[in-house]
Amino acid sequence: MKIIAAMSGGVDSAVAAARAVEAGHEVIGVHLALAANPQKYRSGARGCCTIEDSHDARRAADKIGIPFYIWDMAEEFHEGVVENFLAEYAAGRTPNPCLRCNEKIKFAAVLDRAKAMGFDGVATGHYARTQIGPMGKTLHRAVDPLKDQSYVLAVLTTEQINGAIFPLGDTEKVDIRIEAEARGLAVAQKPDSHDICFVPSGDNAGWLRDRLGSEVGPIVDNAGNKIGEHKGAYTYTIGQRKGLGLTIPTTDGSPRFVLKIEPVTNTVVVGAREELAVSKLIGEKTIWCGPAVDEKPLRGFAQVRAHGAALDCTYYFDGTQLVAELDKPLLGIANGQALVIYDGDRVVGSATICESA
Amino acid sequence: MSVYLDHAATTPIFDVAVKAMTDALTKVGNPSSLHTEGRSTRKDVEDARDLIAKAVGCLASEVIFTGSGTEADNAAIKGLFWKSGKKIIAISAIEHHAVLDPARWLVEHEGAELIEIPVSKNGELDLDYLKDLVAKRGSEIALISVMHSNNETGVIQPIAEVVKIAGSIPVHTDAVQSFTKTPLSYKELGVTSMALSAHKVGGPHGIGALILQRAYEIPALLHGGGQEREIRSGTLNAPAIVAFAAAAASKIYEASKVQELRERFEAGLLSSAPSAYINGVDAKRLPGISNVTFPGTQSDSLLLLMDSMKVSCSTGAACSAGVHRPSHVLLAMGHNEVSAQSSLRFSLGANSTTADVDFALSVLPTVIERGRAANQK
Repeated sequence: MKIIAAMSGGVDSAVAAARAVEAGHEVIGVHLALAANPQKYRSGARGCCTIEDSHDARRAADKIGIPFYIWDMAEEFHEGVVENFLAEYAAGRTPNPCLRCNEKIKFAAVLDRAKAMGFDGVATGHYARTQIGPMGKTLHRAVDPLKDQSYVLAVLTTEQINGAIFPLGDTEKVDIRIEAEARGLAVAQKPDSHDICFVPSGDNAGWLRDRLGSEVGPIVDNAGNKIGEHKGAYTYTIGQRKGLGLTIPTTDGSPRFVLKIEPVTNTVVVGAREELAVSKLIGEKTIWCGPAVDEKPLRGFAQVRAHGAALDCTYYFDGTQLVAELDKPLLGIANGQALVIYDGDRVVGSATICESA
Repeated sequence: MSVYLDHAATTPIFDVAVKAMTDALTKVGNPSSLHTEGRSTRKDVEDARDLIAKAVGCLASEVIFTGSGTEADNAAIKGLFWKSGKKIIAISAIEHHAVLDPARWLVEHEGAELIEIPVSKNGELDLDYLKDLVAKRGSEIALISVMHSNNETGVIQPIAEVVKIAGSIPVHTDAVQSFTKTPLSYKELGVTSMALSAHKVGGPHGIGALILQRAYEIPALLHGGGQEREIRSGTLNAPAIVAFAAAAASKIYEASKVQELRERFEAGLLSSAPSAYINGVDAKRLPGISNVTFPGTQSDSLLLLMDSMKVSCSTGAACSAGVHRPSHVLLAMGHNEVSAQSSLRFSLGANSTTADVDFALSVLPTVIERGRAANQK
């Protein structure tokens, strides 16, 4: 096949590109420039599209012996990922921008463009697997549970999965580094990227405050009594305990947690830990990564964070919303988080949590 | 086959230059040394200087060797500005970054005022604008810089007229693209300074020249051993200099032949892609450059597709990250950001052939079709 290898400048995508070449594909390396004003150098483990990263990607492509280009996707990234991230926070939800990037950029803008240009698919360094079986090509967890990225890929439709190639899914990260070393790739020991790539400082709250303002508002308890003030409701996270700055203690001295963020009234609601517990998750904007599910309840696993646990659940689709009933209650779910359903290690689909109880 | 149509970026080194360079590389002798070996290398350098001077129509003493065309432009823009004590830097809106960026740097760091002289739809300098500017603020202008021909479109600029309008104001011209491609005489133009580069004319990389009027001294960028009229210190790069001169004096580049090839290319292109158009088509252009807009495409997609079909061309301008940005040259010619990013530069050189042109034309329909499809996504 003729494929595009998306190369971030990191070790994973470099090895993925090398493996794609060895698998007999005709491979062209493409680095996606996602920042409108890229920084020159990486700072720590954050960010993935500095000029230094694009240089690293180019040198990896040189080593592998494939052509290399840079595609400017800064505008698409800003509209589809960064603005969405801000809008979600402004609406009191907690989004995961990596899912949006896979949904809107890597397996949409890039894959579509690649196909139009005569390529068959896009290879990335994601840790996930695909399998071809009676259900067609399906998306599965990687063998390395610590690195598994199927959660952030659960926004891919069957058509997108058909055009996706994940050469690393069958290998553990530690072995990828060894392999990169053996292949002479200079990025073999480059640190993993963490956090949100477009917030290079790592200070998400400060970044949000700069863009959304920091309007002071009340922190109230469940009965509506004002017990403190906050500087911008969206800089809080459901389940957050530290940094609330509350001076009025609870009667029994137990800690308070953020229960709810109400953007319209700019209010943060706090309460006891038990009040965070939910056992029913309801999600909208459902995407199926394989055959669609109907109203018939099925047993499976729910996951609500990128590296969160797989929670035993019963799930079904009521015609408009995806519902997961958890066997054991879960603490601290925010609207906006992605609910991903697994059947064993197969990704069934995902939805954006809009309600929990 | 593979076809190289990016000669304006760099062109293959001529055999005569390789020979001159490799011979010089095996010789010992710093041209500034006083002994036999030093004098011998110095003679090679001065012979080369004579050849370059003859080729560009200046005195040998007016040739200052630099490390690149960019360095020559920097030395001129900064040097002329510092010498004048005046504030305004007037440049064309289509200057190469080697002129544009030092001018902007002087604005940011030294309080200069930058005035960009607009160009017509055809990419030719607006002389009336310049006349008006000189009439109104001539006494404040430190220097005027207008390139001899544009690197993206090949459009030749009216430098002699610029010099006339400028009067006593110093004029610099970046002649990197024009040298050996179109008649160019430093003396006849009457400019104060001119920038040249070797690797655009069949010489090696890493060598250029600033042509600066005899006895017209400007502050240096590099201080040291005092070489090159104390304007450009540093041991002279003798092997590169002799190769530069060998290429410049060779007359291997045949303008009429290159122009015929370009005409063949443009005629074929317009017949297979009727919606395409040539930028600066009605202006006087260098023989080898063709800048084409393909509506409904994105130039970086086109470049990838051309490259995968073994034809090398250029999107015209790239930033340090390699990200394609709309060309300031095309924007100045009235393009919008979209059409500016739908354009490719094809540039032919001394060794280009009819077969090259025909091969490029043969892959274009597929490239344009796929490029359009990719753009609709």
